Amino acid sequence: MNTAAMALPADAPQAAEAAAPTHLRRQLRTAERRRRLRSVTLTLPLLAFLVAVFIVPLAGLMVRAIENPEVADTLGRTGAVLARWDGTSAPPDAAYAALAHDLAQLQEGAQAGALARRLNSEVSGARSLIMGTYRALPFDSQWSEAQVRTHMLELDPRWAELPYWQAIAKNAARWTPDYLLASVDLQRTAQGEVVAVPAEAAAFRDILLRTFEMSATVTLIAILIGYPLAYWLSTLSERRANLMMILVLVPFWTSVLVRIAAWIVLLQSNGLINRLLLGLGVTDTPVPLLFNRLGVVIAMVHILLPFLVLPLYSVMKSIPPNYLRAAVSLGSTPLAAFFRVYVPQTYPGVAAGGLLVFITAIGYYVTPALLGGPSDQMLSYYVAQYTNVEVNWGMAAALGSVLLVTTLMLYAVYRRFGKAELNMG
Amino acid sequence: MKTTPTLRPLLLAGALALALPALAQHNLTVVNFGGANGAAQKKAYFEAYEKATGGKITQVEYNGEQARIKAMVEAKKVTWDVVEVEGPDISRGCDEGLFERMDWSKIGNKADFLPAAVHDCGVGTFVWSTVMAYNGDKLKTAPTGWADFWDVKKFPGKRGLRKGARYNLEFALLADGVKAADVYKVLATKDGADRAFKKLAELKPHIQWWEAGALPPQLAGDVAMTSAFSGRIDAAQREGQNLKITWAGGIYDLDFWVMPKGVANKDAAMKFIAQASSADAQADYARHISYGPTNTKAMAKLDAKTQALLPTSHENAKDALRFDVAFWADQGEALEKRFAAWAAQ
Repeated sequence: MNTAAMALPADAPQAAEAAAPTHLRRQLRTAERRRRLRSVTLTLPLLAFLVAVFIVPLAGLMVRAIENPEVADTLGRTGAVLARWDGTSAPPDAAYAALAHDLAQLQEGAQAGALARRLNSEVSGARSLIMGTYRALPFDSQWSEAQVRTHMLELDPRWAELPYWQAIAKNAARWTPDYLLASVDLQRTAQGEVVAVPAEAAAFRDILLRTFEMSATVTLIAILIGYPLAYWLSTLSERRANLMMILVLVPFWTSVLVRIAAWIVLLQSNGLINRLLLGLGVTDTPVPLLFNRLGVVIAMVHILLPFLVLPLYSVMKSIPPNYLRAAVSLGSTPLAAFFRVYVPQTYPGVAAGGLLVFITAIGYYVTPALLGGPSDQMLSYYVAQYTNVEVNWGMAAALGSVLLVTTLMLYAVYRRFGKAELNMG
Repeated sequence: MKTTPTLRPLLLAGALALALPALAQHNLTVVNFGGANGAAQKKAYFEAYEKATGGKITQVEYNGEQARIKAMVEAKKVTWDVVEVEGPDISRGCDEGLFERMDWSKIGNKADFLPAAVHDCGVGTFVWSTVMAYNGDKLKTAPTGWADFWDVKKFPGKRGLRKGARYNLEFALLADGVKAADVYKVLATKDGADRAFKKLAELKPHIQWWEAGALPPQLAGDVAMTSAFSGRIDAAQREGQNLKITWAGGIYDLDFWVMPKGVANKDAAMKFIAQASSADAQADYARHISYGPTNTKAMAKLDAKTQALLPTSHENAKDALRFDVAFWADQGEALEKRFAAWAAQ
């Protein structure tokens, strides 16, 4: 239907071409152009809004994930000297002199601070090394390169260690793949090879996998619980269905923090649920429901359930009950009729609701942070950690980009295999 | 008759508006973290300053976001006069040029203050501590240190620890027999970090992790012992919970008063900081909330009962460890990442 309607205006002038005089054809075309212009104009505010609050920040995020200006902006001379260094022998005296010169040129502490932070995220300890040297500057301008080197080694013997120099040399370029590599547990060696990070520092692949695994679990449970609920709601009379819908929606409108606090009260060892279990004799010791994976999943299902129930309910409402009756009257058993006639018609609702729940769950931060242990945190927890605690925004942006790209890829796979279902949503 | 109640404040406001230009030079915007601590500061510091100078203090609450100070300083529109910042932030901000240099000649004798409270860019205002707290109803014998915290045979029950590497690695090394003075030296080496994570892994099945500082007192029903911020335990005790603190092996840190670079009212801000750092004012503050004064003369003014609650009293501080801001600034990112990897194992 839709495609036919869309094609009509384009075909119409051609059909009219033979019969109508040319000026009529031109008029028709002008009118058509005007109509199209008007509809484009009407969508302009929305487009501008999308570009301003969605496309631009996303592009900014992607750029920040590969941007590496700190060293390039401040240590130009050092970078040039180190470009000729082999990376494994002792750095030349000229490198020490260039570094002292570059650091002394920095106008304000903020630049030195940013540089120190950048190098520190590469080699732990670089922060105090850079800032200690920066505070001791400037040196006597009469000193030779060798004298500068001796003095810097006296200031801090760590200047003899190669990793600090390798970090400067590696980051002299304005753009870097390092953040993105690090967010999938890879790193670049001083020689430029890409290798896996040591096992004790490899965390992000597990965390990414865990993020999708937890989101999938939440989605699955939400469907198992939400489907019968939506079905039951769709069979009720209008008035009672509205009443029940309010019960679904009230938690939806309550602050997430309030709901989490409520779950803490309910789930703790001497909370309502455990006391009930103990009282009924189901268990002798309180079941650990809180500060673990189980607690996070329970709370997330509760918070996200309306996102599933609402689209599913609206789809179920639109299915005429006659179909089921027709199937039964044609000889199907009620159960077979339900699964073979009714359920397939609800797939679009399940798909739309499930997708909504899954995509929302992927970005969850507060619920796992407050209800989970350290092995229940999803990727956004680490995005927040790098943004607020470590102030390493490049890493935060890289983790965000990885999450975005994997989600888009999953979505593409979903589109490919579930195309018909999504169109209905 | 009816107009009087509405008229009176109007008249007052008018009179105030006339008097304002004279007082404006003493008016200040002081920024702190609010809560019980903010209330104690208001009583002990703000009201005393207002009485002494006639100026008005506007209290603004924030969550320690240094980005807000940075934005003000960079835009050269500094509307905050005095700000309370935490230990790691004063070093970083001082390095990055966000704060005015402190003129110690106007504050007082440096020797009167704890060495840790003397900073180029600020004055330490109080000491708080991350300590071991336990439920007095559950444990018959008092744990004496972190080795007991790790001993689940002698003290059965769950343990509460804050999610993350900070503090926990120090506690693990203390439990493993490292002396408080050597903790950061050991932790700085690869072997030391391995040792800390290994020790932490021993306790892993028994740990209940917490995130927000308000949680440990609530956990008291679930866990036998937990790490906690001393002020939170103090507040729970005042509400009647039977929680106790083992001070040995606690890790203390300071909060500081600073002035953002380019502060408009520097003289008044200095006057406020000087007054809030005086022995009398700090002693008054410590009576309202159990955070330790940084002015050593303030301690002498407090009675034994109040002193027993403070992280700075001789008895409580003798086996405590100073949080090493410089260490965590250097190693924090790598160790937190390793913690995330460790947690997933």
